[in-house]
Amino acid sequence: MPALPLDEAGKYVAGAYVVFVALILVYVAIIGAKIARIDRQISELVASEDDE
Amino acid sequence: MIAAARTILGKDLRIELRTKESVPAMVLFSITVYVLFHFGLDRDSLDGALAAGVLWVTLLLAAVIGVSRLFAAERDQGGIDGLLLSPVDRTALFVAKAAALFVFLTVAEVVAVPAFGLLLLGPGLGGAFPELLAVLALGNLGVAAVGALVAALAAETRAHELIVPLLLLPLLVPVLIACAQATEPLMRQDAVAEDLGRWLGLLSLYDVVFVLLSVAVFDFLLED
Amino acid sequence: MHSKGLAPLAAATAVTITAALAMVFFYAPNDADQGFVQKIFYIHVPMAIVALCGFVAGGVFAIQHLRSGDSSWDLRSYVAIHLSIILGVGVLATGSIWARASWGHWWVWDEPVLVSFLIVFLLYCVYYPLRFSIEDPGRQARYSSVFAIAAGAFVPLNFTAVRMAESFTHPRVLSQTGGDLPGDMRLTFLVSLLGVALLFVTLWKLELTAKHASMQLKRLRNERLRNRARVAA
Repeated sequence: MPALPLDEAGKYVAGAYVVFVALILVYVAIIGAKIARIDRQISELVASEDDE
Repeated sequence: MIAAARTILGKDLRIELRTKESVPAMVLFSITVYVLFHFGLDRDSLDGALAAGVLWVTLLLAAVIGVSRLFAAERDQGGIDGLLLSPVDRTALFVAKAAALFVFLTVAEVVAVPAFGLLLLGPGLGGAFPELLAVLALGNLGVAAVGALVAALAAETRAHELIVPLLLLPLLVPVLIACAQATEPLMRQDAVAEDLGRWLGLLSLYDVVFVLLSVAVFDFLLED
Repeated sequence: MHSKGLAPLAAATAVTITAALAMVFFYAPNDADQGFVQKIFYIHVPMAIVALCGFVAGGVFAIQHLRSGDSSWDLRSYVAIHLSIILGVGVLATGSIWARASWGHWWVWDEPVLVSFLIVFLLYCVYYPLRFSIEDPGRQARYSSVFAIAAGAFVPLNFTAVRMAESFTHPRVLSQTGGDLPGDMRLTFLVSLLGVALLFVTLWKLELTAKHASMQLKRLRNERLRNRARVAA
């Protein structure tokens, strides 16, 4: 097959790299949410520690 | 270890002979699938690559049935806990279960392969029979080793009927590739083996890897 | 424990990936046959290689787990496999895009890396249901390790078998995966590979840190509950 013209090819290449970046971002977001939750639970723990 | 393996193997074979659950099911299943393929492909006879593919896919799917039922006896009679507590050498257990599966597969194939020759195969089986036997033997060995491992892995999970096919079939893809490729030239009109050495070589490599791996790893399964 | 070295690692990853992206779009020449579309190769193949190595690493960590009985190895194995599966989704997606752009179909069977990857991916997807259907934690870890070892050994065998099969039906006209690349393409490829590999290790450490913290937290809370119960009694 002859190579696609640049504007068409560009869409596919962009799509592929977007997939890559999106995966990383989604993953980091999930880990970030997990860490935020852990932080919150730690401060809850510390707070109830202070109450006693 | 050999003695223990022989005892367990003997028990399994005797149970199968008495209850006749796994092997007839595998045979019946194979023939049913041949009928499905007849209608699905809308063909009266197959040869070459198509024949090899249909035969091996059917045999592998039938093997799933055999693997699912490999620890059935222990599970049904609450024997899994007994097995866990017993000091049986895990290697002996693996050898026995794999050997049992090998026997079930072979016996099922004694009926299923000629049935294929009768129902769907155009050129007929006579052509390169010893080569076909070699492929079947090495293929069954791989299926038996991996099947016993997968059966043990799934034995204690809640969803073992789902896990067995999902685990077993991808793991058996190399076996399928080698067996189908090796069988393809044997199922042509002028059946002459091509590249048999390289596919038997792949099968042997696979068999060696998975037998050794399963023996090494089986100690960590089915223990308490 | 795991978070040591995380910051410099993340920095190195960011630098390498930026460099790789720059090289892909400004340094490497356009491929003679495939044109601009070939640029996908610099992200697709490194992800595939790193994911496959991740699966094998998961198997190696699993061996360590079974030999030592130390469950931290099991955690390392789980995270490596988990990350490789996520990368695997990316591999299949970018591979499909590449196939569509190069050959007009959303899937092709004549790239042995892609095909063998699909099989490996299907196998490893069963890791989760297998793992989480076993309730006892010790048993869960042990069985997962057995799976990781068997699947890790399977990866090279499967690749060999698929490659042997494909060389019959589809003679390898396209040896894109690393073999005979001209110098500047090869350099770009290697930098990309390094970038993705660093990314994998960084994310692996990151997730291990998060999991560790959450496990410590759980232990602390359980201890507090126990202390409270003791005091109250």
